[in-house]
Amino acid sequence: MPAQNIQNMTLCALKQGMSEKEFTSLEVIETLLTRISEHGGSLNAFITVTAEQAITEAKNADKLMAVGKNKPLLGLPLAHKDLFCTDGILTSCASKMLHNFIPPYDASVVKNLKASGAIMLGKTNMDEFAMGSSNETSYYGSVKNPWNLELSPGGSSGGSASAVAACLVPAATGTDTGGSIRQPAALTGITGIKPTYGRVSRFGMIAFASSLDQGGVFARSVEDAALLLGEMAGFDENDSTSVDVPVPDYLGSINQSIKGLKIGLVRQYFDAGLDDNNAKAVREALEVLEDQGAEIIEIDLPNIELSVPTYYVVASAECSSNLSRYDGVRFGYRAENYKDLNEFYCKTRGEGFGAEVKRRIMTGTYVLSAGYYDAYYLKAQKVRQLISQDFKNAFSKVDLIAGPTTPSPAFALGAKMDDPIEMYLNDIYTIGANLAGLPGMSIPCGFVNDLPVGLQLVGKHFGEESLLQCGHRYQQKTDWHTRVPERFK
Amino acid sequence: MNSNWEIVIGLEIHAQLATSSKIFSGASTAFGEEPNTQACLVDLGYPGTLPVLNQQAIEMAIRFGLAIDAEISPRSVFARKNYFYPDLPKGYQISQLDLPIVVGGNMNILDGNGNEKIIGITRAHLEEDAGKSVHEGLDGLSGIDLNRAGTPLLEIVSEPEMSSAKEAVAYMRKIHSIVRYLEISDGNMQEGSFRCDANVSIKRFDQKELGIRTELKNLNSFKFIEKAINHEVMRQIEIIEDGGTVTQETRLYDADLDETRPMRSKEEANDYRYFPDPDLLPVIIEEDYINEIKASLPELPSVKKERFIDSYNLKSTDAEVLTASKQLADFYEAVEKIANTESQITANWVIGDYTAALNRDDLEIKDAKLSADDLAGLLNKIADQTISGKIAKEVFESMWRGDGSAEEIIEKKGLVQITDDNEIENIVNQVMEKNPSQVKDYLGGKGQLLGYFVGQVMKETKGKANPKKVNDILKKKLK
Repeated sequence: MPAQNIQNMTLCALKQGMSEKEFTSLEVIETLLTRISEHGGSLNAFITVTAEQAITEAKNADKLMAVGKNKPLLGLPLAHKDLFCTDGILTSCASKMLHNFIPPYDASVVKNLKASGAIMLGKTNMDEFAMGSSNETSYYGSVKNPWNLELSPGGSSGGSASAVAACLVPAATGTDTGGSIRQPAALTGITGIKPTYGRVSRFGMIAFASSLDQGGVFARSVEDAALLLGEMAGFDENDSTSVDVPVPDYLGSINQSIKGLKIGLVRQYFDAGLDDNNAKAVREALEVLEDQGAEIIEIDLPNIELSVPTYYVVASAECSSNLSRYDGVRFGYRAENYKDLNEFYCKTRGEGFGAEVKRRIMTGTYVLSAGYYDAYYLKAQKVRQLISQDFKNAFSKVDLIAGPTTPSPAFALGAKMDDPIEMYLNDIYTIGANLAGLPGMSIPCGFVNDLPVGLQLVGKHFGEESLLQCGHRYQQKTDWHTRVPERFK
Repeated sequence: MNSNWEIVIGLEIHAQLATSSKIFSGASTAFGEEPNTQACLVDLGYPGTLPVLNQQAIEMAIRFGLAIDAEISPRSVFARKNYFYPDLPKGYQISQLDLPIVVGGNMNILDGNGNEKIIGITRAHLEEDAGKSVHEGLDGLSGIDLNRAGTPLLEIVSEPEMSSAKEAVAYMRKIHSIVRYLEISDGNMQEGSFRCDANVSIKRFDQKELGIRTELKNLNSFKFIEKAINHEVMRQIEIIEDGGTVTQETRLYDADLDETRPMRSKEEANDYRYFPDPDLLPVIIEEDYINEIKASLPELPSVKKERFIDSYNLKSTDAEVLTASKQLADFYEAVEKIANTESQITANWVIGDYTAALNRDDLEIKDAKLSADDLAGLLNKIADQTISGKIAKEVFESMWRGDGSAEEIIEKKGLVQITDDNEIENIVNQVMEKNPSQVKDYLGGKGQLLGYFVGQVMKETKGKANPKKVNDILKKKLK
């Protein structure tokens, strides 16, 4: 049995291996649990490891397979970002506020993947309440980038990205409010997709900014991402913003040719601010796609430079309200000493939330305040419309939009913590897709200073299929996505 | 009150909608259950949970809008009203601000002089109720009961167009009647299903702009509304006449002391930071749906009243009383259908003895032992002259207690009216013999003594003699 290889295998390969009886689900799960216990500490990728439950489920999966039962993800391992509610298992959002929160229910995403047979190995570390771009705001400490432990893996889904990149788990869920899947995917050299807003249910996904949040996946191939997305997506009557559009067979259509596909290259993305070598990697990636028959067309997104300020007004406004429920009354952290109700609130929230969360709650409270609402919140909503319109105009000419995922490769832990604006600018290329509700994907497209960088593809609403087809075609012709950091080989 | 001052009142009525589940969750809305047994994870504001709009609440709001001739917004939006309070689980209340579901409407009331007056209704919007804090029996601690959290409310906001406490009550009663007709609220004021806040200000008659208003919170009985407003008006007049100014503030009415006192002043009031709720899509209402609901609306009180006047020839005031409640109107029509008495007499019985008995025993129509059929049976005994109206009142009380049908009671107690001319004549003769001096006086011109003779005959017959016949025979004999 090739035990050493299991860790490097994709979900599709593991699935095939199990069906051909090369190894069992239990062997897969145990191999990975061992790796998590060996490397999890150095990366700090997990908040909770659910070893016992995973082993029980693996045994059950093996029994089912032995009697010929099959499910799309039966016996396959994955990890969940620690903001997806998991029944009976700590769901902390990496916050002291929820350090003791054990949900009595599964998020719809968790439920869907469980129903498809997937086995959860644990809950991954993240920025507190998904607010951050470096995974340094976690109550449980920063996550490290497997390519260099001094560096950030990006955020907010840094734990999921790091775990997948270090081959601790083949795939993991994440959420993306302004780039929280795509940016860490790029900085750790893996594939990450954020689907169309409304494609994946938000029920049970602890809210940061409701109109922007969307669940998605990290994997080591586009093929795996297609497999997982197909299982987690779909209409959910518990989420009024989920959309009742049938889920296509993403995996089944993944080999479709990209001949004639029109890919827009955003001029504005190649302005100052983008690392030259990063730019070069993106241009080279587009040449590969051109070789496969795609047509590259330069396009404009005239208002895209406004996306970061717009995002920080809208997201902060929504988060200031979404996080009001953390008051110590019904669940979560509660301050111990207080003399009246006001002090009870102030201490509970003052002690329970970290600095970045407080900053955004205050920003959000400010932009919604009487006298400032029109100047900030309302104006941001108008600009958001303009940005959406820019994308709409662009998509009248092209099928996909391509560009870099981040301005530069991974940065050092601590480098941007004192400068929130500098940190926020790291999401400059990813935020547009959230504001417009469009699907976006990052795939590895090369290395800069021995660190991975990503190519970002953005599709039309519910255009996940062409994103996946394009990404898969690229990965058929390149091997960036198969690279594993030396330390974790 | 003081004739120098014009009183300006606007009401915000909160009607709890009679949906079976909450406005944004599947939890039950049952009242009076054990604390926190009617609250699900959504009502508790658990992390990750999301609201899903109850379609029934929308339908009920539309029904109300159509009943007050309002416009139903083709697109309305739910917004979050943000503030912290322990019984507000999410830290915000889902309500509607800029785009409410019902816009503009009006309601006819009778003003203090009995004239029709139209009160404008600015808007009606949907929102969720909060839970409640419990302070009793917890040894100095406070408890939270979230059973009520998420219960759907329709907030009905009037224009400031009422000019007396009486008008405010008349308007409130009218809305109360409408929501019960539409079966969108049980209107139970004791349980808080129907309550209002009153905005009250005063100004001199020649003054153009409105005075500074105060808001009286949570008035949950017609009596309190009237008393609270009257008290508040007097208070404001005193302040201004003493050279002071009214402070804009929220006040609570204390029924025990019959006074209002400040709750919190607007200066320290919350900035609610309303913004559209991103968890809920705008509510889009198609014309077809509105028409469908329109077709299913019941006959409304004003239309029913006119019909009662036309078809039953009732006095306007009686028609008004009968149609104020759908249950009473239905009861009247059920009796009217079977009873052979004149419609107005039937109405007198329903409004009079029957309603009095209901009120006396604090009963709802559905809980009373006496059915419409029973009452009609009694009235038919009057119509066919088996008993007199006076005896009927006695029979009614027996029936109310459940002693049996009109027929049984009349039989058992021997109350059948004496209508036989000979029998009555015999008694008249006896009475005349016993009272020779009165007969002499009557014949001598004291016509008013006729009543005395009638009384004597009735006494002899224990009230069973047909009064008309007694009169006729007496007149004939006393010539």
